[in-house]
Amino acid sequence: MCRIGSIKSKVPVHPSKALHLMLPQQEGHDNSGFAMVMQDLYGIFSTYKDKPLLSMACTQKGNQMVEEYMDSHNFVQLAEWIPVPNKEPGLDIQAMPYYVFRNYDFPEHYNELSQKEKEDVLLNTRLALRKLLEDAGEGYVYSFWPDVLTLKEIGDPRDIATYFHLWEDNGCLSAKNIVVQCRQNTNYDIVRYAAHPFFLQGYTLCANGENTFYTKNKEFQKSLHRGYIGFESDSQCFLYTLHYVLHELKWPINYYKHVITPLPFEEIEKREDKDVLTAIRQSLAHLEINGPNTIIATLPDHRMITCCDSKKLRPVVIGQDENTVAIASEVCGLNEIMPDRDMTKDIYPNEREVIVIDNELEVQRWKQ
Amino acid sequence: MEAVKTQDISVNDLAWKIEYHADRCTMCGSCVASCSFKAIKVETQAQSIVVSTDSQPKPEHRHVARPIIKQVASLTDFCRGCGMCEKVCPNNAIHPVRNPDSRKTLLSKDAGPIKRGGRTNLNAQRTLDSIIVGRISQMTDPSLDAARHTFDIRSPFGRVLSAKELPFQMKDGKMVMATKTPPVNWIYPLIFSDMSIGALSTRAWEAVALACAYLNEKCGLPVRMSSGEGGMPVKLMESDYLKYFILQIASGHFGWNRIVKAIPHMVTDPAGVLIKIGQGAKPGDGGLLPAAKVAEHVQAIRGVPKATLSSPPNHQGLYSIEESVQKMHLSLNAAFGFRVPVAIKCAASATSVSVYNNLLRDPYKICGGFFIDGIQGGTGAANEVSLDHTGHPVVSKIRDCYLAAVKQGLQGQIPLYGGGGIGMTGNAAADAFKMMCLGANGVFVGKVLIQLLGCVGNEQGRCNSCNTGKCPMGICTQDPRLVKRLDIDKGAQKIVDYVLAFDAELKKLMAPIGNSSIPVGRSDALVSTDKAIADKLGIQYVC
Ligand code: SF4
Ligand code: SF4
Repeated sequence: MCRIGSIKSKVPVHPSKALHLMLPQQEGHDNSGFAMVMQDLYGIFSTYKDKPLLSMACTQKGNQMVEEYMDSHNFVQLAEWIPVPNKEPGLDIQAMPYYVFRNYDFPEHYNELSQKEKEDVLLNTRLALRKLLEDAGEGYVYSFWPDVLTLKEIGDPRDIATYFHLWEDNGCLSAKNIVVQCRQNTNYDIVRYAAHPFFLQGYTLCANGENTFYTKNKEFQKSLHRGYIGFESDSQCFLYTLHYVLHELKWPINYYKHVITPLPFEEIEKREDKDVLTAIRQSLAHLEINGPNTIIATLPDHRMITCCDSKKLRPVVIGQDENTVAIASEVCGLNEIMPDRDMTKDIYPNEREVIVIDNELEVQRWKQ
Repeated sequence: MEAVKTQDISVNDLAWKIEYHADRCTMCGSCVASCSFKAIKVETQAQSIVVSTDSQPKPEHRHVARPIIKQVASLTDFCRGCGMCEKVCPNNAIHPVRNPDSRKTLLSKDAGPIKRGGRTNLNAQRTLDSIIVGRISQMTDPSLDAARHTFDIRSPFGRVLSAKELPFQMKDGKMVMATKTPPVNWIYPLIFSDMSIGALSTRAWEAVALACAYLNEKCGLPVRMSSGEGGMPVKLMESDYLKYFILQIASGHFGWNRIVKAIPHMVTDPAGVLIKIGQGAKPGDGGLLPAAKVAEHVQAIRGVPKATLSSPPNHQGLYSIEESVQKMHLSLNAAFGFRVPVAIKCAASATSVSVYNNLLRDPYKICGGFFIDGIQGGTGAANEVSLDHTGHPVVSKIRDCYLAAVKQGLQGQIPLYGGGGIGMTGNAAADAFKMMCLGANGVFVGKVLIQLLGCVGNEQGRCNSCNTGKCPMGICTQDPRLVKRLDIDKGAQKIVDYVLAFDAELKKLMAPIGNSSIPVGRSDALVSTDKAIADKLGIQYVC
């Protein structure tokens, strides 16, 4: 089982805060890995917020291959952060030789491209790089998107944090949104790509639970979009559906829940909008998820959402203080990072709710 | 001895032999009266017996002439093994026994090819029995509680559009439908298959229809029933119950005259229209209703004289599948104002995937369901050679069609229904569940229903006499004396009870795999103990 968490803040927060959110929940997440996606970056990346940032872990050869590819496709490197790791003995981490975080400028002739076309170029580039490194077995590309940083590694999250100096806040790394998870995928193979959060074109998602409709989700999603690949974990399906509903179909966010956990037919029948809900249920029957799960996601406009399965088999809790909203599988995580918050205001969403937190930290509860 | 010719028929040439115990027989005559096939008769037999009637043994040898029950040695009035005689005998004095030395199939061709009803007697292999629901929720995720959780057991019947084709418009932050979409009814994934009035007796049809209505009105299960070819009583068509029926149109177009005339008087729409292209039990053949069964009421419903009614193997005037979609689908859709889904039923065939692909790609988006009928389906009348030697198993065909849709990202757009042998070993819920995991949206059953009404036919040649008009159970005959044997209410109750058990069993299977809605396409939930089957269906092999 996983534990998931996220922080959304008015002021940039450091990844150590996310670690403090997760560590009290460790009995549930087995400390087998660490993965986080940061959105709306500050610190060393603040100058390049509109430039795509590549996050990857690779070998020296892999790095060379990526540089050659980017050169030949006229991407101009702007800035780079290659963390100098703390290699003290005894750390539980299966480290890759290099972790590269690099900003690029678009090739000049891309300036006339529309927003959508640019998004497609970024996705295509990431997919091409992923394939390049995957075929050669030389590394992993996690994200390539403006203002988004992804870090994933196998090992004990505390040691991984030590390795990357994440315990010390030296001001270089911070963001207003962090989604985090402390476990490698243990249902399937241990592959770096299998650790959530996953990222696609501005959408970040992590999930706690099981998607028993994994096979049918996967079979359907494979033909929906070229970016729906990998499927190393059944949780990827949640992200792809989120992306499909919001980005491809351009439906409002509150319909996402109607796709993944549709209302029973009896309840649909009683609704005014039953024609729309029935149409959604029948056209996207293969995107329904069944089984216990909770998801946390960040949208391209940095709003954060969370919801759980239709039987509420996996819980989630949302806590808030003046500057921060945090979401966690267990309340002990919230107590660790915001002990002084008003606990009576904690929200335990029910099985038919979607919680949306906007950038002013206003928390909305949508009833399905 | 000279009088005996080797070509003479003896009871030992027949498929069933009657075992008769003259010593137990009290000559009540019930068996002879009940045998609708006239396969037994009363005869006087000369017997030489020794009796002693005094208080002291005083044996006395007598020659007596006694009545006995004797099997008829005939290729027309032969015993079918139905067991009616055994059922009525108060003294256990008579019953049929299967004869392994039968030469019947060989000898009875002098009246042309053998015709019979029932099902295949050769291809009764059970693919579904080597498949197990093997993905059980154990620690990774909790199983559900079959008794306490709510389950959403519904299947689409109608043409489903892809999400991108949905005519949604934004209005005040909400999506609304800008135009109409093709009609889709969400029904129970078990359809009562098309058995016509004519093939069935009025009582049998009524019992099935009654069960269907009861399940809808009292049990909340939206089970639908297909009328079968030949139409329905006008009263029923003009009643509110029509909404539970799927009207069938087959190649003979029997009954449509009356259906069309009834349309202006219909108070509700039917659940759907099913175009029958072919039937799993006898692919390539049209429907066949022997004259013996074309009773007065059948003539009335179908608008025909008393004669053998053979539907042609094809819908006349349809050359190609494109045409079928344009002509038949469009006109039937139009007949009901595009409010009623129109589906198509074909015999499973090596070509099923091509047919399904064509339907999926049709630009009118007008086909509301693809029903595939396998070789183990039943029929009221067919050539034995068709029943036993033509057809195609349905399990892999459903899977192939589903995967063909998956390949194109079109799964779910034309619902798949599989039938032909569902529930053959008694448990239709397990069969249905496995079919759904392999890609079917639902299943249709026919034989199971008549078996619940009392049919004793089986795949080993028992009875299978549905073509004769002499059904011993009153199910598929129009002979009023035989029809009276069937109790409509009891029959309907049997079907209702079976479907309620089906529903409970379906939940019992959904719960352990952790699903509250039906697991269409969840092939990961299945494993097979047969490597060849596992490979063919793309499921895990286990041993
Ligand atoms: S088993 Fe049926 S067909 Fe045979 S003799 Fe008895 S009643 Fe007649
Ligand atoms: S009992 Fe009637 S329905 Fe059943 S096989 Fe015999 S004739 Fe056919």
